[in-house]
Amino acid sequence: MKLLKLVPDNTNIKFLKLRVPFFVLSLVLIFGSWAAVLVNGLNFGVDFAGGQEVRMTFAQRETAPIPQLRELVGGLGYGDPVVQEFGGPQTVSIRVALPEGTENTPGAATAIGDKVIATITAEYPDARKDGNDTVSGKVAGEFRNQAILALLAAMAAVSLYIWIRFEWQFGVGAMFALVHDVSVTVGLFALTQMEFSLQIVAAILAIIGYSLNDTIVVYDRIRENLKKYRKMPMFELLDLSVNETLARTVMTSLTLFVALIPLLIFGPPSLFGMVAAITVGLFIGTYSSVYMAGPLLIWMGVTSNSFVPAESPTDRQEKLARGEG
Amino acid sequence: MLDFPLWKKLSLWAVTLAASLLALPSLANVAGLDWPAALPNPQVNLGLDLAGGSHLLLEAKAGDVRAQRLENMEETVRQLMRNANPRIRIGDVSTADGSLSFMLESAGDIDRARGLIEPVMQGQTTVREWELNVVDGQRMVLSQTDAGIEQAIDDAMDSATEVVRRRIDELGTREPTIIRQGNTRIVVQVPGLQDPDALKDLLGQTAQLEFKLVDLNALPSNVQAGIAPPGSEIFPFAGGTAEQGAAIAVRRLGGIRGDNLTGAQAGVDPQNNRSVVNIAFDAQGGAKFAKLTTENVGKPFAIILDGEVLSAPNIDEPIVGGRAQISGSFTPETANNLAISLRSGALPVPLAIVEERTVGPDLGADSIRKGLLAMGIGSLAVIALMVATYGRFGIYATVALVFNVLMLLGLMALGGFTLTLPGIAGFVITIGAAVDANVLINERIREERARGRKVIASVETGYKEASRAIWDANLTNVISGVALFAFGSGPVKGFAVVLVIGIVTSVFTGVTLTRMFVAGWLRKARPNDITI
Repeated sequence: MKLLKLVPDNTNIKFLKLRVPFFVLSLVLIFGSWAAVLVNGLNFGVDFAGGQEVRMTFAQRETAPIPQLRELVGGLGYGDPVVQEFGGPQTVSIRVALPEGTENTPGAATAIGDKVIATITAEYPDARKDGNDTVSGKVAGEFRNQAILALLAAMAAVSLYIWIRFEWQFGVGAMFALVHDVSVTVGLFALTQMEFSLQIVAAILAIIGYSLNDTIVVYDRIRENLKKYRKMPMFELLDLSVNETLARTVMTSLTLFVALIPLLIFGPPSLFGMVAAITVGLFIGTYSSVYMAGPLLIWMGVTSNSFVPAESPTDRQEKLARGEG
Repeated sequence: MLDFPLWKKLSLWAVTLAASLLALPSLANVAGLDWPAALPNPQVNLGLDLAGGSHLLLEAKAGDVRAQRLENMEETVRQLMRNANPRIRIGDVSTADGSLSFMLESAGDIDRARGLIEPVMQGQTTVREWELNVVDGQRMVLSQTDAGIEQAIDDAMDSATEVVRRRIDELGTREPTIIRQGNTRIVVQVPGLQDPDALKDLLGQTAQLEFKLVDLNALPSNVQAGIAPPGSEIFPFAGGTAEQGAAIAVRRLGGIRGDNLTGAQAGVDPQNNRSVVNIAFDAQGGAKFAKLTTENVGKPFAIILDGEVLSAPNIDEPIVGGRAQISGSFTPETANNLAISLRSGALPVPLAIVEERTVGPDLGADSIRKGLLAMGIGSLAVIALMVATYGRFGIYATVALVFNVLMLLGLMALGGFTLTLPGIAGFVITIGAAVDANVLINERIREERARGRKVIASVETGYKEASRAIWDANLTNVISGVALFAFGSGPVKGFAVVLVIGIVTSVFTGVTLTRMFVAGWLRKARPNDITI
C-alpha cells in the first residue's frame, strides 16, 4: 500500500531567507492587533461587562430577528440593549445593563431577564430560552483581572519551563511567539467584534499550551542539530531543522485541525467563538514557531557552543596546567 | 525499549481495560440504555451548562460582621460592669470608628475593669481578637484586631454555608452543590432548577429575628424625623404591614435574639384567620424570653426581622412556655418561607447575589447531541488521516486513540469530575492532539529508516528520540491547563479537567500502548522492511 505523504521527503525550503520580511510582518500583526483592541475595543460578553444577559434560540426560523428584538427589548426601559448573533444565525444573546442597586435586591436582576424573555416569547412563541445570566459589576471586574493574570502567568510559566529545558534564548523566543499568538487572536476578536467571554480566554490559555508544541519540536531538533553539526552556519542549521521537522509540524497541526473543523461547523453554537479562537490560534501558532521562534534564536546569539557545558574554574585550572590556556 | 515481558503486558492491559470499562455506564446513559443495577455505576457528572439549572454566587457583607461583633461586645461589657461587685459605673459609650470606647466614672476602677474584660477578649481560638487600650487614664478603648475580624468572618461564613445548605435541603431540590469560595463567597448550584426565585427569596432572607422593647419615651415627631433618643434606635415597619412607612423607636440593648430556636412552623391564628409563624425556643432562649416578658408585662415589644418591624404587640402576660407566635402581614407563602429560614437558623451575615446563571433545559441536550456528532466526524477524519499516512502504525495509533477517549471518560467518571460544554471542546482537542505523539514517533521512524537503519533500530530510536519533545510539549500543555483550572469558574474548570486528564491518558495510550502493539507485531512478524 502506498502511504500518503503530505510533505515530500528531504524538503529544502529556505524558510529563513525571508526571515526579515516575515518578522516585520509578525511585528505589524502584533501592533496591528493592539491597535485594533485600542480602537475597536473588545465586545465583552456579560462575564466581563457585567449586567444581565439572556440567550435564546429561534429554531423555527432561518435567522433570529435581531433588529426586531433590539426594538422590542429597547422598549422595556433598560437602556439600549446589546443584541447580537451568538455562535450561529438562529441563536442570539441579549445584554442589558443593570440599574444601580440591583445587587442588593435578590431576584431583581433575574426579574429583568425574565421580563425580557417573557416579552420575546409573547411575540415569538417558538423562541427557546437557553440562559439567563446576571453578573454584577464587581464580579465582572474580578473576571477581567483574573483573565489578565491567568494569561500572563501561563505565558511566563511556559516560557520559564522552556528556558529551564533549553537555554534562555529559547525561553525568550517562546515568549515572543506566545505574545504574538495571543495578541493576534485577541486582535481578531477586536476586529470581528465577536463576543469576548470567559470561554474565549479559556481558548487562548489552551492556545498557549498547544501553539508551543510545534515550537518545541523545532527547538528540540535545533538542539540536536547544534550538537551534531558544530560547524554549520546558524541560519542554515535552522533551515535544516525546520525542514527536517516540517512533516510532523504539518501533520500535528492538521490532525488537530480536522478534529476542530466539524466542531466549528456542526458543534453547539455556544462553542463557536471558543473553537474559532482555538482554530485560528493553531494556525498562528504554527506560523510563529517557524518565523518567530526560529529567527529570534539567531538574533539572540545562539551558537553551537550554547549547549556545550560551561567551563568550570577547575576545568580552567586544569587546562592552564596542561599549558593549553 | 521494545521488550515487553508478560507481567508488563498484562498490567498495561489491566490498567487500560479497567479505566475504559469505567466509561461504559456513562456511554450507556448517553445512548439511553439501561445499565444493570447490580453493576457499579460511576457516571460523569454533567455541568449546569449541559444539564440545565441554576448557579448562584453569594457574597457576604463583611462590614456587617464587624458591626455585629461590636454590638455584642458592647452588650457584654455593659453587663460585666453592671454585675461587678461593687458596680463599675461607665458612661459616654461609643462604637464609632469600628471600636468600642467608654469612660470610667472613677479612674480607680481601671484595673478591675481590665480584669473583667480581658477574659472575654479572647475567643475560642488562639487568635488575639481584641485590643484594649486606656486613653487619658480613664477612657477604655476596645478595638477589633484584623486577625479577629478575619476569624469572625471565617466562622460566620462557615456557619452561613451550613445555613444555606439547610435551607436548600428544605426546598427538596435534588443534588445541590454548595461550596464556600474564597473568603466571603458561597457558590450554589442546583441542577434542573429552572426558576430560582423561591431559592433566592430564601437565601436573601437573613432571618435575623429580634425582640426588642419599644421605647415609650421617644417623641413621635422625633421618631418620624429619624432622631432616636439616647440608647434607642429606630426601625421601619416592614412593607405590607398596617403601619408601613412608619417607624418605631426601640431600646437598643436588653432585647433578645431569635438564635435559640428549636422549631418554627407556619400556621394560622384561629382568632383572626391570619397567617402566623409559631416558634419554639430552646431552654436557654425560652428562659431569656420568659425573663423579658415577665419583667415587661403591659409594655409593647417589637418583633424585628432583618431590620424591619413585623409587628409590635403588647406583652399581655409573661410567656414562659418557650413558645411564641409571630404575627405580621404574612401570606401563607411568606409565612412558610420565614418558618424555613428560622428553622435553618439565621444567616450570621447577610448575603448578596453577585452572579447568577440559569441554563435552559433544552440547550444542554442539544449541545451534547451536536457535540457528539462533531466529535464523531472529527474522530473519523483524524483516523482516516492517520491510517492513510502511517498505514499499520496509523491503525495502532487509532486503537490507542479509541482507548484514550474511553479512559478519559472512565477516569472522569471515577473521579467524579464534571463534564461541561467547554469540556466537549476539550474532548475534541484531546482527540486531535493525542495522535501528535504518534505523529512525532512515526515521522522519526520514517526518518531513521530513510537514513538506512534497520527496522528494529529505527523503531527503537523513533520512540526514544521523539519522547523528549513529547514530554516537553505535554508538560507545557499541563502548565497552561493548571493556569486554566486556577482561572476558571465552573465551565472553564471542566475544560481544564478534560485537557489535563486527556494529556495523561494520551501519553499513556499514544506512547506506551502503541509501543506494546508495535513490539508485539515486530516480534511475531519479524519484518525486514516496514511501510511507514
